Order: sequence, then structure tokens, then C-alpha cells
Amino acid sequence: MNKVVSPKSTAKSIVMRNTFPEEVLEHVLSFIDSHSDRNSVSLVCKAWHETDRWCRRRLFIGNCYSVSPAIVIRRFRDIRSLAIKGKPHFADYNWVPEGWGAHAYPWIAALAEAYPALEELRLKRMVVSDEALELIGKKFQNFRVLVLCCCEGFSTDGLAYIAANCRNLRVLDLFECEVDDMGGNWIGHFPDSYTSLESLNVSCINSELRFSALERLLCRCPNMKALRVNCTVPLDKLAILLEKAPRLMDLGTGLFMTELRPEVYKRLAVAFSRCKEIRSLSGLWDVAPSYLPVVYPICPMLTSLNLSYATIRCPDLIKLLTHCQNLQRLWVLDFIEDRGLEVLAASCKDLQELRVFPSEPYNQEPNISLTEQGLVSVAVGCPKLQSVLYFCRQMTNAALFTIARNRPNLTRFRLCLIEPRSADWQTHGPLDDGFGAIVEHCKDLKRLSLSGLISDTVFEYIGTHAKKLEMLSLAFSGGSDLGLHYVLSGCESLRKLEIRDCPFGDRALVLNAAKLETMRSLWMSSCRVSYRACKLLGQKMPRLNVEVIDERGPPESRSDECPVENLYIYRTVAGPRLDSPGFVWTVNENWAMRSPSL
Amino acid sequence: MVNHFPGFETFAMDFKETELTLGPPGEFRVSGRKSGKKRGFPEMLDLNLSGPNGRRNDSGAQLEQEASSSPKSPAAKEQLVGWPPLRASRKNAMRSGGSNYVKVAVDGAPYLRKVDLQMYISYEQLLKALEDMFCYFTIRNYFMEPMNGYEYVPTYEDKDGDWMMVGDVPWKIFVESCKRIRLMKGSEAAGLEPRTPPQNAVMEAAEEDSG
Repeated sequence: MNKVVSPKSTAKSIVMRNTFPEEVLEHVLSFIDSHSDRNSVSLVCKAWHETDRWCRRRLFIGNCYSVSPAIVIRRFRDIRSLAIKGKPHFADYNWVPEGWGAHAYPWIAALAEAYPALEELRLKRMVVSDEALELIGKKFQNFRVLVLCCCEGFSTDGLAYIAANCRNLRVLDLFECEVDDMGGNWIGHFPDSYTSLESLNVSCINSELRFSALERLLCRCPNMKALRVNCTVPLDKLAILLEKAPRLMDLGTGLFMTELRPEVYKRLAVAFSRCKEIRSLSGLWDVAPSYLPVVYPICPMLTSLNLSYATIRCPDLIKLLTHCQNLQRLWVLDFIEDRGLEVLAASCKDLQELRVFPSEPYNQEPNISLTEQGLVSVAVGCPKLQSVLYFCRQMTNAALFTIARNRPNLTRFRLCLIEPRSADWQTHGPLDDGFGAIVEHCKDLKRLSLSGLISDTVFEYIGTHAKKLEMLSLAFSGGSDLGLHYVLSGCESLRKLEIRDCPFGDRALVLNAAKLETMRSLWMSSCRVSYRACKLLGQKMPRLNVEVIDERGPPESRSDECPVENLYIYRTVAGPRLDSPGFVWTVNENWAMRSPSL
Repeated sequence: MVNHFPGFETFAMDFKETELTLGPPGEFRVSGRKSGKKRGFPEMLDLNLSGPNGRRNDSGAQLEQEASSSPKSPAAKEQLVGWPPLRASRKNAMRSGGSNYVKVAVDGAPYLRKVDLQMYISYEQLLKALEDMFCYFTIRNYFMEPMNGYEYVPTYEDKDGDWMMVGDVPWKIFVESCKRIRLMKGSEAAGLEPRTPPQNAVMEAAEEDSG
């Protein structure tokens, strides 16, 4: 213990310090779950920092390049659960070039040495190789939870290794991953003695799942709570799975279509009616309307429904939704149309989250009647609505006003007008005032995505009102640097800013350089930031990595005034990264540095 | 928050003097901006498709029309690259689940792209997408005056590990057997030009390997 006493401390404070044993502190801290609270706790004083070092078990790293494995290991003695995020969010839309980075292997290799008792690993947007998965299987004896979200780089061989070697695995969840198909039967690699599976989500795997192996797995795992199969599991086999796991709480079906056969229908209907605990339903690829009624018995209990792959139309959707009075989350295609959303607003008063995806995003004029009215209905009718993601083709300021006034409790509002720079179709003007109303009324707004015709005015509103805003996404918006300046100087809580195709340039960035150190990251692509400004930032801000990602070749080969293609700036205590590919230059005092390996 | 940036005043003045004179953003990516001087991929495909017997597949007949007529019909509006923001799995809701991603490499380029073959229904669509994807940097660095009409030839590796010309086999078979795509420099691709019908070419290659 630190016995050095500062000149200011009194005898009283020394007595207090000695009578507060570490075990008590540790016990108290164990009730503090949230990552940000634990971080705050560790900053109170050296003693608390030290205690936190020893007893922290769960860790979240929002940007894998903000810190290095060595730094983490030096600080924390015994981590059991780790979550790491890699690529920037825009990588989800393929806007970050392939091969940019975020490799999981170096992390896992380091963790294997330092934390052999690691039980849980959650990785998002990272490149996970089969070798990395093998390392997990080999090195962590008590490994229980593997969640890979938006990851790539591995194959069914890697999964086979996990299945064969992780004897205590409880959870294997793959969300939106790209998994290479190496053939074989990876599910069959779970040993016969293995019985501890509770959650299996393989909906993103495109290759065949050996049904017999899956069935046998379910038979011997009595604690299955969540099962999401992939689209290769046919509907006529779904009943078999349900019969083996009637206690499921989370079900993701396979293809929900087959020719109408009475015996198949009946078996499914009975199986669903016996699953009394299903709260979340997803999968539902290509729903055949004639089979839809088999799920009606579980609808009243559903809190989460994902119909975003279901190609059923409005009438069938309406019929389904009227059964789902307790729904809290709905993801659906624009087949629901305005009239379906009206029904949703009338039937589902507990709705908290709505996502409406476009069925034909590249079709100029699809035959779908989904407009701003649908969203207005839901906003007016659902008092608990907090989170919105809405793709549509038209919007008005008036609609946005109505939404804002009725739903001040919105925390996430992401609007995507499919045609860039679409104006308010009534006034033919920008949507500034409408979005302004959103940020003014929704004081707890944490996440916002703008689209449509937007000028700098909206950014002044955002800078003035959006004090809790943490993440902002912009595309084809704004008129000048002033817009970016308003955001960077006004949004106190801003952590992530991602921008494409906006006329933002050097001035706003340079003026607000210090702000960038208070944020996790800034992504700008196809904007007007010059290489000169990048160099200036890189030189002046040593705790930022300023990455120029440019497919045209070295930035030095062009004029300093030439705008860079993509710019990714993030705060870090690990210095420039050492694994950059050939089209990424980390700009710092060495001007443009590329990784030594290249 | 105070911004310590001593150099900024000078920088700001310099900046004003060297005001960037760029067009509005977004034009980099809009695929329709090409003036049509470069011979596009659909036209290249046209050349590849006709074998010694004048054999053409379905898309070949269409392409012949496309190649000769310009400009494109107004109905087929060019779309921005990577817009709207949708994950790969959502780009085509009309397909029954699954995707078929293959990597696309361009000779000489340091990076790869990926395409989902299930998003396209014909060679024409695929090659148009490739053209859009690579036009930006290829136009700057690689496409000089076209030699013999084109510089880059689309090739692919099939399930057997053989490198074939894109367009050799019917579209559906291509989608099932393609593992990755490579835009090869014209000179290198000359060796792939099929002089015999596809089946024999594969057998010949196999014989060479075993020899």
C-alpha cells in the first residue's frame, strides 16, 4: 500500500484510509457494472485505480487501435470477458476498403498468454482468421461465450475447431458475418459428450448446415435458449427442431416457404403452440403466406420480430401484426407500407424500436406506398417509441415536426432518404427545420443520421441543441466548413462522427483539432480535406492517429492541396499502428508513415 | 474548450490563398460521369463470348445491342457507388437468403473489392458493377490509350482452380463455380483465350498438370 503521505493530508484522512480495507472496496466495486462507471471509479484515486486493476473482470475496447494488447495486459490482471470493436461503422456498407485492418489474431495471441481464464470474447467488425479461432479453442480452457458481429476472415473449418475443442461453450453467436464455406460438417464436430450449448446463432452462414448433426446437438443440450438457423434449413424440418427445443426463447427460422402440405402445416402448428417461451422471432426468409398462421400462437408473447427478409405483402403483414400486441421491436421491409404502419401504431402500444428496410433499394419507382406518413403514424401512436431506422423516398419538414413534438423520448433517429439530397416534397426546400425540431425536442437523442437536402443551418441547430448526441452520420449534406464546425464545437457528447460526400474541409477540422481527442473517431470520405491539413493534424496531435486511406497511391505523389479520398482519425495511446496495408498512411511527425512490414 | 493551435492563423491565411477549386462532392463516385471514351467491360465481354462457332449465350445477344447503341436508356439511371447504406445481406431482399461473395483483384492494385454474385442476374450487370467499382483509380493510373480496344480482361478462378475468362460458361454455372475474380492485364490474358470449346480446354489443362 502506498504509505507516502502528501503534505496536505491530515491525520484524520490517514486513519480513514487505513480503515477502509481493500476487500470492502472490491466488494462495492463488484456492483458497478457499466464500463463508463468502472472507468470513472478507476480515476478517483491511486488506491481505487489499483483495486480496479486487480478486480476488473469485464472490459470493453471501442476501437482496437486506440490501445494495444500489451497496454491492456499491463494494466489489468485478470480479465474474463472482453469486447473489442475494430473497423469503423461505415465498413458495414463496404465503404472501407478490404484489408484495412482490425485483425483479431494478435489480440487473441496476447490474451492467450495473459488471461488463460478468459471466458467470453465479443468481437465486432474484426478480421478473425481460422488460426485465431483455433487459438481460442486451444488456449482457453474455460471458454464459454463467443460472439462475432460483422466479422469476416474465417471459415467453417475455424468453426469446426471451436466446436471440437471448447468443451464449456455456452454461446456461439455469429451476427452478419462472412463465413467461407470449406464444405464438411462443422456442426458435427461438437463431441457427443458436449451438452452445454445455450445459444447458437448461425443465420449468416450461407452454406449447408447438416441437419442430422444439428438435430443431435439439440437433443443433448437441454439448456438451449436461443437458436437461429440459416436459410438452408427447410421449413418442413423446422418442426423437428422445435420439438427438440421447446423451451427456446429466441428462434430464428430458416426458409419459411415450402409447398403447402397439410401434414407439414399441422406438425408446425402443433410445434409452435408448444413453444410457450419464445419472445423473439427472426429468420423468416421468403415467407409463404399460407404457412404464416402457424406462428400466430406465439405472437402475443413476442417482444421482438424480425421480418426484414420476409417477402410477404401488406395484407399478410397486417394480419400478423394484429396478433402481436406486446411487440417492442419490429424490423420489417417497406412492404408494410403506410397502411400497415397505421395498424402497427394501433396494435402495438409497447413498441420501442422500428426499422423499415427497402425491398428494392435500386429501383427508382417501386410500387410501394411507403411515405413519411407511415413513420408519423407510428411516432404519434406508440408512446414508447425510442429508436427509429427508416428508409423511404420522401419526407417533409411538417412530418419531422410532428414526429419530434410527439416523441421527445426518441434516443435514436436514423432516416435514410434513398435519393440523395431529396428536398421536402411540399416546400421544395431543405429539411433543416424538420431535423432541427428533432434535436430540439428530443433532448436525449444519442444517435442521429441525416439524409435528404440539408444545408449548414441544420448543423447550427444540432450544435446548439444536441447535447447528448454521441453518434452522427452524414452523407451529401451541408454547404460549407461551417456545418462541420457547428457540430464539432457544439456537440459536447459527440463520440463518433462519420461523413461521406460533404463539402467539409480543412478549416473546421483544424480549428477543432482538440475536440478530436475527446471523441472515439472521425471518418470522412469524399470530402474536401487536403493532405496538408492531414499532415498538420498528424503533427500537432500526437495522441491522434490520422490515417489517410487512399486508393490512388501515396499522398506524397499528389499536391498537398489535393483532397484525400478517405480520412480516419481516432484517438489512441498506442501510437501509429504497425499493420497498415498498402493504401493506408498514418500521418504524424514523420509525415506519412507506412507500416515497416510493407 | 480552448483550442491551442498556434499555427492556425497562418494556416488559415494560407488556406484562403490556396482555396480548393473542386467540383461539388459526390461527383467522384457517381458512376455515370464517364464520357464513354474508354471501352467498357460490356464491350469486352462481347469479344470474349463469341467462340469459333459464333456461339453466344443469352446475355451475348443483348450486349451486342448495348455496345453499339449509346447513350444508355434513361430508365437505367446510374446509381451511386455504395448508396443507399445497406449491409450486404440486405441489398437484395428479393433473393432467398444467402449471398455469394467473391473477391475481386485488379492487377497492380494494392487492394481488393468484394462483389456478391447473387446480386446480379447477368454478366452484363456484373461487369457494369466492376466497371463502376474500379473506374475511379483505374482511369487515373492504369487506363492509358486502349490497346486493341482494352487493357483489362475479367477472369475468374473456378472451383477446380482453373483460371477462365468471365463469360465462358452460362451465367448460372459461373455463379456456382466462381471462387474469385481477377482483372488481368490484357497481355497476360492472351493465353486464356479459348481456342477450343470450354470442356476440352479444361481437360487439356488437367492433362498438362498431370504430365
